[in-house]
Amino acid sequence: MLLSLTIICVVAGGLLAGVNMLTADAIALSKATALAEAIMKVTPEFDNNPVQEAEIVTSSDGASLLIYPAKKDGKQVGAAVESFTMNGFSGEIRLIVGFDAEGKIIDYSILQHAETPGLGSKMEEWFKTDKNKQSILGRSLGNGNLRVSKDGGDVDAITASTITSRAFLEAINRAYSAYAGTDATTGATGTDGKSGATSQIDAETGATETEGGEL
Amino acid sequence: MNDMKVLLNGIIKENPVFVLLLGMCPTLGTTSSAMNGLAMGLATTFVLICSNVVVSSLKSLIPDQVRIPAFIVVIATFVTVVQMCMEAYVPDLYASLGLFIPLIVVNCIVLGRAEAFAAKNRIIPSFFDGVGIGLGFALALTLLGAVRELFGTGNLFGFSLMPEEYGSLIFVLAPGAFIALGYLIAIIDKLRKA
Repeated sequence: MLLSLTIICVVAGGLLAGVNMLTADAIALSKATALAEAIMKVTPEFDNNPVQEAEIVTSSDGASLLIYPAKKDGKQVGAAVESFTMNGFSGEIRLIVGFDAEGKIIDYSILQHAETPGLGSKMEEWFKTDKNKQSILGRSLGNGNLRVSKDGGDVDAITASTITSRAFLEAINRAYSAYAGTDATTGATGTDGKSGATSQIDAETGATETEGGEL
Repeated sequence: MNDMKVLLNGIIKENPVFVLLLGMCPTLGTTSSAMNGLAMGLATTFVLICSNVVVSSLKSLIPDQVRIPAFIVVIATFVTVVQMCMEAYVPDLYASLGLFIPLIVVNCIVLGRAEAFAAKNRIIPSFFDGVGIGLGFALALTLLGAVRELFGTGNLFGFSLMPEEYGSLIFVLAPGAFIALGYLIAIIDKLRKA
């Protein structure tokens, strides 16, 4: 009895180890390609390797974000910031957003989310669509954070998905605060002394907030 | 029982979703689009076929007292294989199905067929039972996904058939899954008895 179960487990373990070896490279490759494509999409043209030069920066609210600097001829022309929020309608949203040297938003890309299909999931296109005050592309956050119109801001929220929209803008604002902290040119430490590289990823481990949710 | 009969049994007479009403969690959870339903169905089919064949060929070696843990180990192995392959080669699909792939392990259809069919029959019929039940499940999920996608967003397999404004969002959400499934079961029941 014990023997047969042990044999089955050993064989199963061996099989899984084999498949893991076969697929590990492909998984790593597809993740790296996805990241590289996302960075390419949201930054100005660059000739360095942003992934290698990535640094961890603390945003104004203490979260540690990864910044991928985009440089051309040795000069920084912008950066892609990997940001997140825990306040999505169904928990965490991860995204990557690119800024140019003046701090204007170039583009963004959603890396991972669990928002409701057909409602919150529209954020992948909504904030790029040039209609009314939907689009955040080209906006500068220098004069304050972005907020949805309902909260007194000037960004139109996704119809019937205000919670997702707020969370999305929170992630964008967080990204900008980290980016502004590093300052594109000098890498000078921010005014609050909080920014600059730290070694901790994932400072914020708070429980994922889940409202409602799907099956 | 000949093999063709076993095969059709799973697709029509004992369709796991429309007739047996098994595996409701992935059925309702993953069918927000036809593509998701099809992918989930095919992943389950693969696991079903492999686990049926292996369980059937090992049935004389596994003592009765430990058969359930042994079956679960076999099933979990194949599910993990599917999961790793999907993550490696179809990352987009993997992202949209997410949690439901590892949950195939506890899908009662897979363990149910191992226990009820594969453990009592020879390899060839077990293989056809896996194919039949698996395709029945995939067919049901694709159909439900197609109905929900069409009425919810106006698309079918990503192609636009009617303007999105005519779609009713509730079909994409969880309540729409129950409504669509209820009507589909009623229609199929009617057709089966006719």
